[in-house]
Amino acid sequence: MSILTEEQARAILTKVVALSKADECTAQLTGSIDGNIRFALNNISTSGVITNSDLAVQVAFGKRVGTATINQFDDASLERAVRRAEDLARLAPENPEFVPAVAKQVYKPSPTFSAATAAIDPEYRAKVAGDSITACKAEKLIAAGFLQDGQSYVAFANSKGNFGYQRASSMDYTCTVRSEDGRGSGWVGRSLQDSSAFSASTDIRTGIRKASASVDARALEPGKYTVILEPAAAAGLISFMMNFFDARQADEGRSFLSKKGGGNKVGEQVYDPRVNFTADPWAPGAAVMPWDEEGLPREAMPIIKDGKIVNLNYSRYWAQKQGKRAVGSPGNLLMAGGTKSTADLIRGTERGILVSRTWYIRMVDPQTVLLTGLTRDGTFYIENGEIKYPVKNFRFNESPVIMLNNIDELGKPVRVAGDESSLVMMIPPMKLRDFTFTSLSDAV
Amino acid sequence: MHRRDFLAASGLALGSGVLPTFLGRAIAAEELVSTIDVAVKKRLADAALNAARSAGASYCDVRVGRYLRQFVITREKNVENVVSTESTGVGVRVIADGAWGFSASNEMTVDAVANAAKLATAIAKANAKSQTAPVQLAPTPGVGEVSWRTPVKKNAMAVPLKEKVDLLLGVNAAATDAGASFVNSILFLVNEQKYFASSDGSYIDQDVHRIWAPLTVTAIDKATGKFRTREGLSAPMGMGFEYLDGAASGKFVSPNGVVNYGLSYDMKEDAIAAAKQAQAKLKAPTVKPGKYDLVLDPSHTWLTIHESVGHPLELDRVLGYEANYAGTSFVTLDKVKQRFQYGSPEVSIVADKTQYGSLGAVGYDDEGVKTKKWDLIRDGKLVDLEAIRDQAHIIGKSASDGCCYADNWANVQFQRMPNVSLEAGKKKQSVADMIAGVENGIYIIGDGSFSIDQQRYNAQFGGQLFYEIKNGKITQQIEDVAYQIRTPEFWNACVGVCDASDYRMGGSFFDGKGQPSQVSTVSHGSSTARFNGINVINTARSLG
Repeated sequence: MSILTEEQARAILTKVVALSKADECTAQLTGSIDGNIRFALNNISTSGVITNSDLAVQVAFGKRVGTATINQFDDASLERAVRRAEDLARLAPENPEFVPAVAKQVYKPSPTFSAATAAIDPEYRAKVAGDSITACKAEKLIAAGFLQDGQSYVAFANSKGNFGYQRASSMDYTCTVRSEDGRGSGWVGRSLQDSSAFSASTDIRTGIRKASASVDARALEPGKYTVILEPAAAAGLISFMMNFFDARQADEGRSFLSKKGGGNKVGEQVYDPRVNFTADPWAPGAAVMPWDEEGLPREAMPIIKDGKIVNLNYSRYWAQKQGKRAVGSPGNLLMAGGTKSTADLIRGTERGILVSRTWYIRMVDPQTVLLTGLTRDGTFYIENGEIKYPVKNFRFNESPVIMLNNIDELGKPVRVAGDESSLVMMIPPMKLRDFTFTSLSDAV
Repeated sequence: MHRRDFLAASGLALGSGVLPTFLGRAIAAEELVSTIDVAVKKRLADAALNAARSAGASYCDVRVGRYLRQFVITREKNVENVVSTESTGVGVRVIADGAWGFSASNEMTVDAVANAAKLATAIAKANAKSQTAPVQLAPTPGVGEVSWRTPVKKNAMAVPLKEKVDLLLGVNAAATDAGASFVNSILFLVNEQKYFASSDGSYIDQDVHRIWAPLTVTAIDKATGKFRTREGLSAPMGMGFEYLDGAASGKFVSPNGVVNYGLSYDMKEDAIAAAKQAQAKLKAPTVKPGKYDLVLDPSHTWLTIHESVGHPLELDRVLGYEANYAGTSFVTLDKVKQRFQYGSPEVSIVADKTQYGSLGAVGYDDEGVKTKKWDLIRDGKLVDLEAIRDQAHIIGKSASDGCCYADNWANVQFQRMPNVSLEAGKKKQSVADMIAGVENGIYIIGDGSFSIDQQRYNAQFGGQLFYEIKNGKITQQIEDVAYQIRTPEFWNACVGVCDASDYRMGGSFFDGKGQPSQVSTVSHGSSTARFNGINVINTARSLG
C-alpha cells in the first residue's frame, strides 16, 4: 500500500476533494519505503526498513485554514479526515497572509526515479556494509558508516482541478574510517539517485587512503591560507548561505541581500564574476520534483549569474504583495565550474591546504553570513602541486560571500548531499585565496 | 549536535510535497487531553511479551507510545500556523541468541503487536550470526505496575487555543510598541504518554510534559542596512503552562538590570527588554579581541556544558559507535580510570534524571530503569560516564545509569545524554560579588552561535548580550563577541561559581544523535560562573 500507482492515487484524491464542503480543498498522498544499515567498530550495529503512507487534507473557509492527516484509506476514514480538517478550519484564526490554492498547472515530469535504487534489498545493504568493513579490516583500520536508501511518491489534487503525481528514489552512503590508534581519520560520501553506478568497495578506498595518510598530522599556525575545498567541504557553507535567499527577509532589511536604505540586491554584483548558480528540476543526475512545497511549478532558472544576484525566493504571499510572479522555490542548486578534478587542482597549487570535509557549521553573524565550523577527516598541506603531509584540523570563521569573492579556480561539479540541507546539490571543488582559519583543533 | 533549526528538525520545513508534513497525524486540540486506557496498553504489551517468549527471545521490552505536540507560530499581528499532532504505535525490542532485534507498528491491535515481536525476534536471530559478542544486559529489578507524571500544575495541552494566541499576539504587540522592527513568537508543547513493559516484570505508565516559548526580536537601521536580533531568555522546560505565569520568584535581576528567568517566565516583559536591547546592539561598540575573564550567565552556560561535558561523556561516543555522525570523544576509558583533571577544583558536574522542571526528568528511562542522580566530575576530576543497560559492564558497573531514550515508538531506544549540570558554588557569592572581582572581562547572557569539533576539544560560542567589565564594574554593552576554547583548559580556567541562590537551567528540545537521527531533550543547570583568560575573537566582517 505504501507506493500507489498514479491511477490508484488519483482515485483516492478525487474522492477526498469531492467530499469537502469548504471553499477550497487540497489533498496530498505520500508514501515511502526507506531502508538503512548502520555499522561501527567493523560490525553491523542496526538495520531496518520503514514503510509509511499518509493522506493530508487541507481546507479553507475564507481565510481560515485547517489540516488533518490520516493513514487509512477506506471511505469512512477519508470522510473523517475531511470533516476533521473542516472542523479545525472553522475554529482557526483568520490568516491575513492566506493565498488561495494553486490553479490547475501543467507539470513537466522530471527523472527523479531509478528502478535500481528502488530495488535495493537487505542483502544489498549487508553487502555494502560488508564490503566497507572487509576492506578496512584488511588495512587494520576501523569503519563506521551508514547507508540509507529509499523510494517514494507524492500525489496531490485540489478543488481547482490541479493534479500531480511522481515517484522518486535516492541513496546516500557515508563511511568514516579511523586508524586503530585513533591518530588517523578519513571519510567518503556518495549521494546518488541511481544506485547502479555505486560501488562501496571502490568508494571505500578514498576513506582508507585519507585515514592512512592523515596519521601524524602536523600543527600549522592558524591564519589566512589558500585552500582547496572538496565539493562535500564547500557544500556545507554554500547551502547555509542559500537559506538567506528569501526575498521577504531581504526586502524587510534583515538579510545580507538587503540594500542600504531599503530593497534587495537583485541585479547587484555580490560575487566573483565566475560564480554561477542555477536551479533546474530536470538536471540529469540531480533531478527534483517539478513542483515546490506549495505546488507551484519549478522552473530552470538562474539564481546567480556572473556573480550578480538574479533571482530570490518569493513565497506566493510575498510575490503577490510585491507584484512579482511567483515561481516554485528551487529544490536543487547547481553551481557551475570547470573541468578539473580535485587532484588536478592540487597539481596546480604551489602552497595550500586541502580540506576533505567540514563539520558543525553554525551562523556567527547573519549580517555578513559569517559562519564557523571545523575541518575533519583528512586535512593536508600541499606544496608544489603535491600533498606533502597531513595537518591538524582547523576551526574556520569565514563568510561564503567573502569566500566566493576569493576564487582562484573552480573544478568539475559533483553531486553532494548536505549534512543539514535538503537541497540536492552539484558543487565543484574550489581553490580559494585567504580562507580564514582562527584556531587549531586536537580532534582527529 | 544541537540542532540549529527546530522547524527543520521537527519536519515542518521538510518534504517535497504540497502540504507540510508533520510528526504524526494532525488532530483536534480537544484530543490533546485524552489518554489511552492503561488496561488496553497492558493487553498490547502482554501480547508482545508472550509472542517474543514463544518465538525464542530471552528478553523483551515493549513501548506503547502516544506522542502529542502542539505548535502555535506567530509573527507581529499574525498567527502563521496552529498545528496539533499525534503519533501512536508500539515498538518491540528483544534479545534472541544474544543479539538485539527491533520492530515497530502503528497498528494498535494484539495481532499487529504480536507480529512485531515475532519479526523483532527473527531480526535478532539473523543479526546474531554476525555478532562477535553476545549482548550483556545489566540487571534491573521488575517494578510491577507503577506510574509517573511530570509534576505539572497546569496541563498546557488543556489551555484553550485562544488563550495561547492572545498571549503570543500580546507579546508581539508589546515588543513592537517597544521599538522592535519584527517579532516572532512561538509556543511549542509536548506530551509523551509512554507505557513501558518488559520481561523483567515491569509495567510502567508515564505522562511526560514539556513546554517551550521561544521569541526573536529584530531591530533594523534602514539607513545603514544594519540589523540585529535578540532571542528570548526563556528555556524549554519540563513543566506545564504555569511556567508562563511570570511569577516574581522566577526572576533573577543581574547587576546591570537585565532580567533572567528560572522556573517562571514573563514572556511579555522579556519581549519588551529584547526590543530595547536589540536596538542598543545596533549602536554598541565592537569588541577588541584578546584574552578576557568571562562571567557567564546560566542562560548561556547551559550550551557550553552540553557541548563540552555532556556529549564527550556519552559512553557510545567514547567507544566509537557514533564515529560516522556525531563523532567520538577526547575522553577515553583510561581517562576515567586515571581521574583525569577535567576542570579546576571549583568544577563539580552531576548527571540527574530526576531534577524538577528539567527536560530529562522521568521516573524511569526507556528501558525501565529507575532514574537517579550521579557524579560525572567531582572537584575537577573525571569520575564517571553516561551508560545504559547493555553498556554498564564495559565500565565495570553493575547497573545502568537510567539514561536510555527513544524519540518515538517507531525508533529504537539508545543511550542519550541525561541532564548534566554544574553544581552551584558552596561559598556564598552573588553575581555582583563575582563581577566586582573582575578587572578586564566580559559578562555574557543568553546562548548564541555554537560549534564544536567531533571529539569535543575545540569549541566556539557566541551569546545574546555582551557587557564589558572594567575594574569590577559593568561599563557598556558591546557586540561581535565569540570565545574559543579547548575543553580541558576552559574548565580548568574556572575560578568561581556563584552560590545556589543564582542556580537556573537552560536546555534544548533538539539534541540530535544516531543514524537515522533521533532528537532528545535535555536541561543543563548552573549558577553564574567565572572563567579566566579566555580567548575572545571579533566576529564583525565587511562585505564591501
